Amino acid sequence: MTNEELKTRILELAPDAMVTDGKQYLEAVIPAGVLHRVATALRDDPDTAFDYLFCLSGVDFPEYIMVYYHLESYRHKHVVVLKVKTDGRDKPKLDTVADIWPTAGFHEREVYDMFGVTFNGHPDMRRLILDEGWKYPLLKDYADESRIVER
Amino acid sequence: MAEPDKIKTEEFLINMGPQHPSTHGVLRLLVTLQGEVVRNVEPHIGYIHSGIEKMCEALGYHQIVHLTDRMDYLSAHMNNEAVCLCVENALGVEVPDRVKYIRTIFSELQRLASHELWWCVMGMDMGALTTFFYGLRDREKILDIFEETCGARMTLNYSVPGGVMFDIHPNFRKRVKDFIKYFRKKLPEYDQLLTGNVIFQERTKGIGLLSLEDAIAYGVTGPSGRASGFACDVRKHHPYSAYPFVQFNEALDTAGDTFARYRVRITEMWESMSVIEQLIDNIPEGDYAVKMKGVIKLPEGEYYQRVETARGELGVMIVSDGKKNPYRVKFRSPGFSNLSALNHITKGWKIADLVAIMSTLDLVIPDIDR
Repeated sequence: MTNEELKTRILELAPDAMVTDGKQYLEAVIPAGVLHRVATALRDDPDTAFDYLFCLSGVDFPEYIMVYYHLESYRHKHVVVLKVKTDGRDKPKLDTVADIWPTAGFHEREVYDMFGVTFNGHPDMRRLILDEGWKYPLLKDYADESRIVER
Repeated sequence: MAEPDKIKTEEFLINMGPQHPSTHGVLRLLVTLQGEVVRNVEPHIGYIHSGIEKMCEALGYHQIVHLTDRMDYLSAHMNNEAVCLCVENALGVEVPDRVKYIRTIFSELQRLASHELWWCVMGMDMGALTTFFYGLRDREKILDIFEETCGARMTLNYSVPGGVMFDIHPNFRKRVKDFIKYFRKKLPEYDQLLTGNVIFQERTKGIGLLSLEDAIAYGVTGPSGRASGFACDVRKHHPYSAYPFVQFNEALDTAGDTFARYRVRITEMWESMSVIEQLIDNIPEGDYAVKMKGVIKLPEGEYYQRVETARGELGVMIVSDGKKNPYRVKFRSPGFSNLSALNHITKGWKIADLVAIMSTLDLVIPDIDR
């Protein structure tokens, strides 16, 4: 599918989405509520067939945390980036996509570990890299007091 | 005496690692066993987490490059190159052809060195110590070539935004050609050493199956994914540097077992040598770098670069807010996704197979922890 067709398809699935042609890939900001439904539809529809989630990352913005889903279709070779904003930065929650793309299981745990975003319905929502009790280090307001040296 | 199938067994947990020779680094696997059969594998990572992504947020783009070769230290050059390409594409800088050729030759030499190390350690995991000596001996020859040109053996830091740090050494071409000539003779011998071994075949053929659908769903890339028929070679499908100028085959297999993952890497070594041979005599004259500003500022936006390392697809995402430091850098490391499939692949096989499967996934732990 071309980017135009993909754009129409995503807008059909989520009328509130903001779809733009990014610098490299087609980018779609979709509401958190429809993430799971849109993601399932994008994978299962033979025309889109986004079966390969090649990157899942979080970015901390002043008002919210944005989670990026880089998707590629193995059959059609087209790429789309789904972006989902969390509702604020205090104990943010999103729906999991680990049941759609199993690789997301690990990636979502990493996002939880680094940003504190909990994923509803994740089979194993624990810290992955750091110990329990750490703050969330990739947040912009994270400060590791033990390592700050006063001059 | 009770009949064997009536003996009651219980599942038990065993820790494999964090200090275990066959986890190739500081990785802990919590294995649930029933007798010898693996029921569940739970990887615990983070022992050498170094917070590279956080550090990047406080550094300039020239400096970030020097952190990346500490991730996957066996694909150091590819990691450097990935960041450089991302920065160059964001700025719209076109590097000279000479740079592209040099970078590609270095990438392929690095891939050879990495696969050699993988081959020798794989032998060792299976109890064949001979391979370990052969592999390390030949890998040393490649590291010497690196050292002569850029001063470093493993963490190269040779690629910088805009080009490479120095021009190639006058001996470079001759030494690379000598090495390829030497290694073309040696590789069939090495291949035969393991491939022709009955014990090795028995332990790898039909073991640890990963289907194409699962390889895609778990994001298993690189030789491990291609052994399941997943045509995911970034060099082929999203070419960068000098890969559009060369002819090579994507090493693919459909069996998806441990043996296929082994075969694919051996084939890749042949392909790497062929790529180097196509480029080495044709390195164009010209500058080895374009002049870049001392402080690089990327325009606001998001940039993504995909590169094929020896382990699979490395992704670099830079989010820039226009300042001299990136707002966020994300490394999508191949090992991280490959490890996520370990439990799925290993379930139901014996614990000895777990060692072989781990070996062919070719995990490098700093790459996973970052």
